[in-house]
Amino acid sequence: MHKALATSIAAAVLAAPLIALWATQSRGAITDAQRFEQIEKGRYLSIIADCAACHTNPDGGKPYAGGRAIETPFGNVVSANITPDNATGIGTWSDEDFDNAVRHGRRPNGDRLYPAMPYPAYTKMPRGDVLAIRAYLNTIASAHNAVDRNTLPFPLDIRTSMLGWNWLFFTPGPYKPDPQKSLEWNYGRYLVEGPGHCVSCHTTKNFLGGDKSSGYLRGNIIQGWFAPDLTNDERTGLGRWSTDDIVTYLRTGHNRTSTATGPMAEEISHSSSRWNDNDLKSVATYLKSLPGRQDNPAPVGNGDAMMVAGQAIYRDQCAACHMIDGKGVPQLFPSLAEAPSVRSDDPSSLIRVILRGARTVTTGAEPTGPGMPSYGWQLNDEQVAAVATYVRNAWKPAASAVSASTVKQARDDLHARAD
Amino acid sequence: MARKLPKKDVVIIGLGWTGSILANELTDEGLDVIAIERGPWRDAPTEFPPSYAQDELRYRIRHELFLRPDQMTFTFRNKMDQTALPIRTWGAFMPPNGVGGGGVHWNAETWRFLPSDFVLKTHLTQRYGAAFLPQDMTIQDWGVTYDELEPHYDAFEYICGTSGTAGNLKGQIQEGGNPFEGPRSRPYPTPAQKQGFGHTLWAKAAAELGYKPFPQPSGNLSQAYRNPLGVRLGPCTYCGFCEWFGCGNYSKASPQTTLLPVLIRKSNFVARDNAEVTRINLDRSGKHATGVTFVETDGSEWEQPADLVILSAYSMFNVQLLLHSKIGQPYDPVANTGVVGRNFTHQAMSSVDGFFDKSKFNFNPFIASGAIGMCIDEFNGDNFDHGPLGFVGGGYLGQVQTNGRPIETTPIPNGTPRWGAKWKSAVRDHYLSTLKGGSIHSSFYSYRDVYLDVDPTYKDRFGRPLMRMTIDFHDNEIKAAAYLTDKYAEIVKAMGASHIDKSPRKPPYDITKYQTTHLNGGAIMGTDPKTSAINRYLQSWDVSNLFVMGASAFPQNAGYNPTGTVAALAYWSAAAIRNQYLKNPGPLVNA
Repeated sequence: MHKALATSIAAAVLAAPLIALWATQSRGAITDAQRFEQIEKGRYLSIIADCAACHTNPDGGKPYAGGRAIETPFGNVVSANITPDNATGIGTWSDEDFDNAVRHGRRPNGDRLYPAMPYPAYTKMPRGDVLAIRAYLNTIASAHNAVDRNTLPFPLDIRTSMLGWNWLFFTPGPYKPDPQKSLEWNYGRYLVEGPGHCVSCHTTKNFLGGDKSSGYLRGNIIQGWFAPDLTNDERTGLGRWSTDDIVTYLRTGHNRTSTATGPMAEEISHSSSRWNDNDLKSVATYLKSLPGRQDNPAPVGNGDAMMVAGQAIYRDQCAACHMIDGKGVPQLFPSLAEAPSVRSDDPSSLIRVILRGARTVTTGAEPTGPGMPSYGWQLNDEQVAAVATYVRNAWKPAASAVSASTVKQARDDLHARAD
Repeated sequence: MARKLPKKDVVIIGLGWTGSILANELTDEGLDVIAIERGPWRDAPTEFPPSYAQDELRYRIRHELFLRPDQMTFTFRNKMDQTALPIRTWGAFMPPNGVGGGGVHWNAETWRFLPSDFVLKTHLTQRYGAAFLPQDMTIQDWGVTYDELEPHYDAFEYICGTSGTAGNLKGQIQEGGNPFEGPRSRPYPTPAQKQGFGHTLWAKAAAELGYKPFPQPSGNLSQAYRNPLGVRLGPCTYCGFCEWFGCGNYSKASPQTTLLPVLIRKSNFVARDNAEVTRINLDRSGKHATGVTFVETDGSEWEQPADLVILSAYSMFNVQLLLHSKIGQPYDPVANTGVVGRNFTHQAMSSVDGFFDKSKFNFNPFIASGAIGMCIDEFNGDNFDHGPLGFVGGGYLGQVQTNGRPIETTPIPNGTPRWGAKWKSAVRDHYLSTLKGGSIHSSFYSYRDVYLDVDPTYKDRFGRPLMRMTIDFHDNEIKAAAYLTDKYAEIVKAMGASHIDKSPRKPPYDITKYQTTHLNGGAIMGTDPKTSAINRYLQSWDVSNLFVMGASAFPQNAGYNPTGTVAALAYWSAAAIRNQYLKNPGPLVNA
């Protein structure tokens, strides 16, 4: 495989340095405390893989010292300390131990990791990339922080239960490039499925938390948000975004139609705002190649009572920022007329933002971080349903109506959630 | 006993416009900066979202965004022979509190002062002779010129995205702008706001009378804008809830919408809210500040040491903190000595209500913004010959009706009953067809017997004396107000008003009626340490590592809203600190 990629590199007029490093991945079987290029590559890969986000407690925890509770549909999983601390971190782990954990979901003592740690994605990484991350982690400050790792209820607390899960849903092994496609496309796919682990949130999951094969990057509920469709679907996906729109969104958190909030805000803040533009472009190129469903449901008619009420509420409460024509202000107030996430099959994110409001991400490029106020105290379930239905149908393409009972369910769910 | 915190390079007292500007400039210089703010943290989507920001009862009538007098107030009297009493409900002015300060609840009228305003004493003396000025008038030159401030006005306008039409570009007079303004180096960053029917009609009448009307420069933006720091503002929706309110639409320039998003990302900046600075500490020499002492809401007292102290609270609080910290000699109006408290001024506002035939005129007054409006500047500053008039000063005249909010907008002709069926009927008849108030925004020059000092009787919760305001209008301002009000009424008459009620400002100064929050002076800038508290760079003459921002520096007030000049002075001072002071800390002017 490396030969095939090496050929495409030779053919490429311009190849990003990291692509070149990734594609010539035969060296690097061990970590080396003085190998600058390995440590530097590991530093960058740790940003791509967004290790710090989960492995740092946002409430003042030391970097990479773990202790953050990661919400899963099965309960909270607490992240590990991956600093070089001997007693509570991974200081005593061998390179082999580290590789086994990251790419195979196995701890040195044989315990299985839960896939909250995205080893089903990281397995796509070449061993050299994983060891580069290890080499980098060896250089950071160690922190003594013992973490209670066993927080799931019975029977999931029995980690051998993961053997069966792995058998069903885990396909180990590094990414296999498609020689028919460009290097950029292949690298984009590698980032999406591997270290960038976009698939972990954006691929539809079955009731056991495994990937649905028909749901590849078609969107998924995660932590009370709907991580939207990333295929090229015109309605719910990225069909109406250019590659530049995607790159701008990932780099700055804001583009001409949308702004990032929720878990994606965190991803952009820690990770993709710090990626090289070439890597973002590779991801955009790959995502734009994924065919969407391109279905086009019939809109809810303008005369529908929900639409009449929704329009009145929209004009009173929403139009000041999002404008009468729904187009908002680029980079500041989302264009509800165009933003794909407004039309997601699952309206959870839309309802959540209306009920609770949302803070958008701030980045160096877009420091404003405008916020959407909460309307949950002001609009009842019927009113939220009406205005959500209105913004999903006032502009093309249309999306299904939102019912008051769906809003009620979302409201009940939100009671138990922190922002 | 105050507990001592680790030393910082800079401590900033008050995180409003000038505190935010200085914090941004000095963190850019690489300094480690802490800002200490008495009030709470404030941001738009949390504190004044569009879902309830437009609540007239809550914010306008009940003063939600302002300092509560129970926490801190002043005593007031008109004349030196009277006994001052504490203000228990704010009336004539609204002291800000909280992050963003007055920048949260201002109207966003973003003016520059005239070039002659900065050399007022010299200019008027040269033109009319020293004897033309009233005996007890204590006006001074500022020590800084318009040309020196121009780049700093420009910096602030581009941070805010100010909407306007230039009247003078590098000396070339521009059609549609203010022909009297000083030369500006480039146009406003965004075009002027759209004008309502009443504003447009007023401008038409003014033009027909031979004046040169122009749109008021507005910090409520005509279009979306990205400022040089990358912070974005949205277009104004003309909701008419600006002054007294925070803007939930990100369309009014405020520290929150222009500077703070960048500032809070900086690792060399921290802010403490709900922390009230009670004293600027001095070393034994009394010439060097060592930092500040502040108190938290739980009563605990902290000392924050710093190399440089920036006093950037509201003008009145600046003066008060200087008095309490015993920095600078307090002003004594009898002996005419001392500097802290002298040349205290306000604004001399007048108004004209124009009532029109409701079958022909519908002004929809609720379509407005805080800085909408059309103005003329023929009667401002020394733009007109005062020789035959017997007074100096003036102001802009503007049809700048900023709102049609229901509680306050009850226009009725003089003589209408103040309550009952007839009152209701009159309000109904006149709400849509009346031009309410107008803006006759006259200057307030300084006088020997208008000043701030410590009250002999009343004390605050720390046991310190309250600060006492002694303030009244003098004949010069009253004459100016009468003259300008007549001029304004002529324009309203030319519009076709069927009835006009004139309300020129009259004495005595009334502490219960809102005028503006433009209280100025008390710690004025100048060239002579005997008559000014700070030098031309806003540096304390007495304590060279203390800089005092804000309108407390104005030697007298001009016929404009002060914020543009307050901000320009802050940028001017910041440039002096960055380019001169830090290289060689010490007095920047030797007197």
